[in-house]
Amino acid sequence: MNSQATATMPATRARPPASVYGPIAWLRANLFNGIFSTVVTLVIGVGTAWAIMGLMRWGVANAVWSVPTTATGAMDPTACRALHGVGACWAAIGDKWRFMLFGRYPYDEQWRAGLTLVLFIGLFWVSSEPRFWRKELAYVWVVTLWVIFLLLWGGVFGMTYVPQDQWGGLPITLLLSTFGLALAFPLAVLVALGRRSTALPAVKTLCIVYVELIRGVPLIALLFMANVMFPLFMPVGLNPDKLLRAQVAIILFAAAYLAEVVRGGLQALPKGQAEAADALGLTYWQKTMKITLPQALRLVIPPLVNTFIGFFKDTSLVLTIGILDLLTAAKTAMADPIWQGVSTEIYLVVAVIYVVFCYTMSSYSRSIERKLGRTANR
Amino acid sequence: MTEEAPAIVLDKVNKWYGALHVLRDVSMTVAQKERVVVCGPSGSGKSTMIRCINRLEQHQEGRIVVDGTELTDDLRALDTIRREVGMVFQSFNLFPHLTILENCTLAPISVRKMPKAEAEELAMDFLRKVKIPEQAKKYPGQLSGGQQQRVAIARALCMKPKIMLFDEPTSALDPEMIKEVLDTMVSLAESGMTMVCVTHEMGFARMVADRVVFMDRGEIVESGTPARMFEDPQTDRLKLFLSQILRGH
Repeated sequence: MNSQATATMPATRARPPASVYGPIAWLRANLFNGIFSTVVTLVIGVGTAWAIMGLMRWGVANAVWSVPTTATGAMDPTACRALHGVGACWAAIGDKWRFMLFGRYPYDEQWRAGLTLVLFIGLFWVSSEPRFWRKELAYVWVVTLWVIFLLLWGGVFGMTYVPQDQWGGLPITLLLSTFGLALAFPLAVLVALGRRSTALPAVKTLCIVYVELIRGVPLIALLFMANVMFPLFMPVGLNPDKLLRAQVAIILFAAAYLAEVVRGGLQALPKGQAEAADALGLTYWQKTMKITLPQALRLVIPPLVNTFIGFFKDTSLVLTIGILDLLTAAKTAMADPIWQGVSTEIYLVVAVIYVVFCYTMSSYSRSIERKLGRTANR
Repeated sequence: MTEEAPAIVLDKVNKWYGALHVLRDVSMTVAQKERVVVCGPSGSGKSTMIRCINRLEQHQEGRIVVDGTELTDDLRALDTIRREVGMVFQSFNLFPHLTILENCTLAPISVRKMPKAEAEELAMDFLRKVKIPEQAKKYPGQLSGGQQQRVAIARALCMKPKIMLFDEPTSALDPEMIKEVLDTMVSLAESGMTMVCVTHEMGFARMVADRVVFMDRGEIVESGTPARMFEDPQTDRLKLFLSQILRGH
C-alpha cells in the first residue's frame, strides 16, 4: 500500500452503511432481490415447510414408539399395522436395532462387536489429529486392528469362538472399508509412481495394465470372481474365507482408482520441483517422499476423499456374495414377519448412519485442506 | 586433484530433441575459480548446455567431465557430481511446503548426512550471507521473488558445492529485485566460487565474468573477455545480438 493510494481515500468510514450490512440487508440481497427471486424464495420456502411438517407428522406425531409384548413375550405389532403408513413404526427399530448393527453375530456376544465399533471410532479420531501423526501411530493401528479381530473371532481369553460367516452389520462395513482403504492407499501410491517411471519401462507397463484391467471391470464382477473363481485356483484345503476374498477384491479395485488420483497430483506439480530436488543430489526416494509426494497428495485431497467416500459406500456391494454388511443386515432385519411392511424406517436409520460417516469424512477433508493450505500458500 | 585441473570440460557435446539439433559440437573448458557468463538469444541452447552439466538433461554425443568425474549413465558418478554442483533456477523452485530453513537443511541432512543442529547452523550462516536470516521460519510463498531467489542461492550453497550453475537467475524477477540478487551473486563471485551463469545482465558480466561465451543456434559462436566481446565483437551474429540487447536497455 503506497502513500498515494491512502491519500485519495475519502474520510474514514469504519463500516459500510446499514443498507448493505446486517441480517435484513442480507435477506434482501439474497432472498428477495426482485420479483423473480421473491417468488422462488416463497415457493421453495413453502415447499420445504410442507415437507418438514409431513416428516414430523409421520416421524413424530403419528409415530408408534413402542408396542406391548404378548403373554408369550413376543412383540405385538398390531399398533404398527394399524398405522397403514401414516406414521413411523419406531418400535420395530427398537426391537431390531441390534440385528441391524451386528447381523447374525450371537446375541449374547454382541458387546464384543459393539466394542469393535468403539475401537474403530477411537482409531479414526486418533488418526485424524495431526498432533498424533508420528511413527507410533502405525503401531497403534496394527495393535488396534488385531484387537478388533480377536474380539470378533474370540476363542481366547474366555470369549467363545464366532465363525466369520456369523459376523455382520456395521463392524463388517467398517472392517472392509478401513482395511480396504488403508491397504489400497500405499499400493495406489506405488502404482502411481510406477506408472510415471521413465527408468523402468517394464514396471510402467505392468502398472498401466493393472489400472486399466481393474478399472475396466465392475466391482460386482470382481467380487464374484473373488468368491467363485479364486477358490478354483487354490490348492484343496487352502481356502481363505469369504470375507478375506472380498477384502482383497476391494483393495485391488480401490487401489486402481486411487492410483489415478495420486498420479493426477504428481502430474500437476511443476517440473521444477523434481529438478530442484535432483540438482541438490537427493535420491529418487528422498525426492519422492520429501518433495513430490507430500505436495501431490495435498493437491488431491478433495478427489482422494471423494474416492474414499465412494468406496465406503461401495462396500455394501458385498451383499452380492452373501456377506452381511450394514445395509444387508438391515434388509435382513426387515424380513422378520412380525414387522412386515416396516422398511422406510429401517432404510432411514441406515441412511443416517452412512450420512454421519460420509459427512464426517468430507468435513474433515475440508478442515485438513484449510490447515495445510495455510502453510503452503504459493 | 591438482589445482590446475579444469572444473568443467565439455568436449564436442551434441544433443537432439527428436530431430531438432539443440547442441552442436559444444566444447568449452571452465577452470577452477573461473567465472563464465553464457549469453545468446532465446532458443540458442544455453540453458540446455548448463543443464547438461549436472545432467538435468542428457547429452547424446561427446564428453562432459565435471571436477574430474565424467558424466555417464553410472549413477554413482551422477551422485558425486550433483553433490559438488549447485544450481539456481530461473523460477527459484523452492519447496513451497517447507520453511525457508527446511529448504536449506533438507539436502545437507538427507544427502550429506549432517546432524540437524549443524545443518541449521550452516543454513543460518548462509541465510545471513544472502541477508535474510529473519525469514528462516517463513514459507517461500510469503517472500518476494528477490528474496526467494536469494534463498535458492543459500539453499544451493548449503551443500558446499565447488561449482555453481545459474540458469537465468534474474529473468523472472521484477526490475527492482534484480539488483539484490545480482549483489548476492557478485559477493559469491568475490569469494572465489567457480560459476557458470546464463544471463542477459551485461553489467553483471562486465563486473565479474572472466569470460563471456556467446551461443546461437546450439553452437558457441564466440568467446572472450567481457571487454573484448562487448567492445570488439568479431561475428555478425554477436554484433546483432548486442545491438538488440543494448536497444532493450
